[in-house]
Amino acid sequence: MEKHFPEELLYTKEHEWCRVKGDIVTIGITWHAQDQLGDVVFCELPAPGETIKAGQTFGAVESVKAVSDLFSPVTGKVTERNDDIVESPEGLNEDCYDDGWMIRVELSHKDELDELMSQGDYLKFLEETED
Amino acid sequence: MNERLKRTPLFEAHKQLDAKMVPFGGWEMPVQYSGVIDEHVTVRTKVGLFDVSHMGEVEVRGPKALEAVNELITNDLEKAADGQAIYTAMCREDGGIVDDLVVYRFSRERVFICVNAANRDKDFEWIRAHCASGVTVANRSDEYAQIAVQGPNAEQLVSRFTDTALTSIGFYHFAEGRVMNQAAIISRTGYTGEDGFELYVPSGLGNELFLALAQRGQDVGVKPAGLGARDSLRLEARMCLYGSDISDDTDPISAGLGWVVKLDKPSFIGKDALLRVKTEGPAKKLVGFEMEGAGIARHGYPIMVAGQRVGEVTSGTKGPTVGRAIGLGWVDARHAEAGTELGIEIRGKLIPARVKKGPFYKRAK
Repeated sequence: MEKHFPEELLYTKEHEWCRVKGDIVTIGITWHAQDQLGDVVFCELPAPGETIKAGQTFGAVESVKAVSDLFSPVTGKVTERNDDIVESPEGLNEDCYDDGWMIRVELSHKDELDELMSQGDYLKFLEETED
Repeated sequence: MNERLKRTPLFEAHKQLDAKMVPFGGWEMPVQYSGVIDEHVTVRTKVGLFDVSHMGEVEVRGPKALEAVNELITNDLEKAADGQAIYTAMCREDGGIVDDLVVYRFSRERVFICVNAANRDKDFEWIRAHCASGVTVANRSDEYAQIAVQGPNAEQLVSRFTDTALTSIGFYHFAEGRVMNQAAIISRTGYTGEDGFELYVPSGLGNELFLALAQRGQDVGVKPAGLGARDSLRLEARMCLYGSDISDDTDPISAGLGWVVKLDKPSFIGKDALLRVKTEGPAKKLVGFEMEGAGIARHGYPIMVAGQRVGEVTSGTKGPTVGRAIGLGWVDARHAEAGTELGIEIRGKLIPARVKKGPFYKRAK
């Protein structure tokens, strides 16, 4: 997978992305997150019906060598989970934006989206945090 | 905070091979090149190269060098032959492990000790302070680059760089020879569960040798491998990691290393304490376990039985070759029996696991 960060997505400092369609937000991890982890071997995600809260952990991804918590960008009820990724988490290293989406959430507080970064801001953030 | 990280003599080679570098115990080390799983599988099926130059080397010489070192270690150097290496613990008087070592018996007058990277200075001081007078103890860590060549094709690859007859070096034996025309110790040892060699060469040869091994071994499938694969390989083979599974606060018998504790030796530092552990039985034991539910145990996760916390995970990963999540952890001795059901607390949830005896992976001989 080529290093890329789609323009239409919103981003967090914990390297998650959001795709917003009406009240439904699709959440995943960025190219940078999967690159830092290396080979992903495990992915734990909340089931549909569970509620997740902005800024709190909603799951975890693990590589052979490390665990990384997933932080929710928004608050809301999970409507869908990508079970293909739970079954075959290595898919996150192949395509983290389309086939590698993680969950869909029904947004409770629309204004939380204002806290997220645009692609441009995220690229700047990556530049600043890399030495 | 920003203490400068030490670099091994192979730093330039890692840069050329595009390694991902990370801080590890004060060292800037390659954690991966092509990817942890790819490197792991390469070592199991072909051959991998590791920079292990961060390990330290201490040499003890003198007319009674063997006796002096034998007093410091739990295994018995008298039982080894010249040209043989032994794995051992080095203990304090109370039985706590100062370090786990590979000790090379060159002769009764010359003993060479390979120590863990993080323990270089501690071990050198310990050995110097506790060696009988009449021997010289030298810290030779900076003189060597150490490269581990591990995997079924290791012998074929190393043979291209030396005239030493490798087939005549048995497992846990070594020879002095020449590698790329420079003096080297060629040791048939490793930390992966595979056949292979550890090459101790002059530090100045490190970059050139590592790159040459990587280049001239392409037809036998060689790849450089980093700390990530080193950890998953050693855990599948169920080898302890000092500082994680074992430490100053643990003794070798409780840690399952009783096979390197020779209580029939006349004396060695820690013998009385270890005799006591042996007689009374350990209060806690280091056990291996396999996960039976979905989840990966990691260092520090609680181990539970019937709602009680009975221990803690010290190593854990998903083993790429064994294909399941495995780990090591300390538990109260009454829960250490093979087959015992444990619960590992992972992010607030209890995931079932089962105590397993012996290595998770064993190569076909």
